[in-house]
Amino acid sequence: MAVVYEKTKGLTDNTMHYCPGCTHGIAHKLVGESLEELNVLDKAVGVAPVGCSVFAYEYFNCDMHEAAHGRAPAVATGVKRVLPDNIVFTYQGDGDLASIGTAEIVHAAARGENITVIFINNAIYGMTGGQMAPTTLLGQVTTTSPYGRDAAQAGYPIKMSEMLATLEGVHYIERVSVHDVKHIRQAKKAIKKAFENQVNKKGFSMVEVLSTCPTNWGMTPIESLGWLKENMMPFYPLGVYKEGE
Amino acid sequence: MEKVLMKGNEAIAEAAIQAGCNFFFGYPITPQNEIPAYMAKKLPKVGGTFLQAESEVSAINMVYGAAGAGARVMTSSSSPGISLKAEGISYIAGAELPCVIVNIVRGGPGLGGIQPAQSDYFQATRGGGHGDYHLVVYAPSTLQEMVSLTMEAFDVADQYRNPVMILGDGMLGQMMEPVSFEKPSERELPEKDWATTGCDGSRPRNIINSLHIDPEELEKMVDRTFDKYEVIKKNETRVEAYNCEDADIIVAAYGTTARIVKSVIEAAAEKGLKVGLIRPITVWPFPYDEMQKWAEKEHVKAFLTVEMSKGQMVEDVRLGVEGRKPVHFYGRTGGMVPTPDGILEKLETIMGEVM
Repeated sequence: MAVVYEKTKGLTDNTMHYCPGCTHGIAHKLVGESLEELNVLDKAVGVAPVGCSVFAYEYFNCDMHEAAHGRAPAVATGVKRVLPDNIVFTYQGDGDLASIGTAEIVHAAARGENITVIFINNAIYGMTGGQMAPTTLLGQVTTTSPYGRDAAQAGYPIKMSEMLATLEGVHYIERVSVHDVKHIRQAKKAIKKAFENQVNKKGFSMVEVLSTCPTNWGMTPIESLGWLKENMMPFYPLGVYKEGE
Repeated sequence: MEKVLMKGNEAIAEAAIQAGCNFFFGYPITPQNEIPAYMAKKLPKVGGTFLQAESEVSAINMVYGAAGAGARVMTSSSSPGISLKAEGISYIAGAELPCVIVNIVRGGPGLGGIQPAQSDYFQATRGGGHGDYHLVVYAPSTLQEMVSLTMEAFDVADQYRNPVMILGDGMLGQMMEPVSFEKPSERELPEKDWATTGCDGSRPRNIINSLHIDPEELEKMVDRTFDKYEVIKKNETRVEAYNCEDADIIVAAYGTTARIVKSVIEAAAEKGLKVGLIRPITVWPFPYDEMQKWAEKEHVKAFLTVEMSKGQMVEDVRLGVEGRKPVHFYGRTGGMVPTPDGILEKLETIMGEVM
């Protein structure tokens, strides 16, 4: 019988710990497939963050380096400077990348580090139990914005892709979503391109993936997909924010 | 071997390069700025990489990444900067990676000042960041020793997979002395088969990590590193005992302070005071046995610890002496350096009490 679909070699056989309906698993699969298809698994070094995807080092089937909160781009810089021909990537959530690690991502991007950044934006802190993230939408209820995020009290959500796209060191930034099959396919294309750029030594590439958090949003997985589409996508428009030659 | 006149900070940087350090990540802070400047100038010429990070936090995490990728890597900073690096140092110690961290200490707390101090002793010898861990900490007293200990630090880091700190101070960093660059005796160093270099299909994948959610697993990991520390204590503790054979009082001091005490010893002899010096070269592991050895001698009547702090190493000296003899303390802070006269006066007071 012909094999029409196989699990990617880019992921280990470990059971993932993510909550039911969480889209981290989809993003992991897209990263794994991209590394496998580009035939770079053997020379890939991933940097795992702190947060929900803290155990990413158990799931990606390549050498992995765990980092402290927000510091993954600095760790990746150290790895990449030592091993310029390897494929180095970070996988970070919004708390990690857009809050505690803002300086690290901004400066890695400004330096034009030839690394690939996968940025999962689910508008909330997942691992610590649903607190407000820098990406939490105005009016969104979290444990630390119990009356809904109010700009006067908590400021505005940060659009990281738009912000980083202003930096000259950046080669490629695209925002994608994984809430339905069509968008997952587009996300795959973007993630693969972000790795291809690194293979071709084009410089800093980041893909922002709009993602769900059914547990902390207090919704079913299906409701979450709808909420992402109706609330996150209008505020965080999909598309290519920067692409160099 | 040929000697060259160099500034302390530059001597450290040159020693690191000669020891095979090809990667340096740092952030400017006084009084250690000559180290990154020297690295920025020299490393590209020998095929190495200098990178000025956006902060101390980033710099130490770049070190973490580079060490994980198997490189010989160094960073340097001064007191407030080392506080920022403490986060990364804890992770590096937890992940058991080799690297060298230079702390050219200035006065604190807070922004403190930019003059020399030894008030980071607790931070350096007790870990400095969160969790149960230790760095190997060398406290050179001359520029020549700064060179040799910096070279040795890379080997020790590689041998034990542990971060090593060079604990200097603003005086040692800024002063000039002739130095020669002789390689330390070769150690047999293990392969870095744990490094994240891409598995290349030839080995199982490597993971560099300090997270152990299972408490039993974490305890096992901490126990294992502490077994390693016992080996380090046994093999790497370094100390100099000077003029102790018939001393009435033994002074304990390290780094810059020890240099000053050496000149006090002569002046004291002229006044009929027999003074010896115990100078820890490793402040972690601390030479407790040496303190105990001299504390047991009948001719030793008292100990005096001299520091540029409010008395941090004095606690270790007391642990070594274990109540066998009185331990006195004399210290200056704020960037003030103890004067020979000040130390001598203190010695005379102690002699008046014990004789």
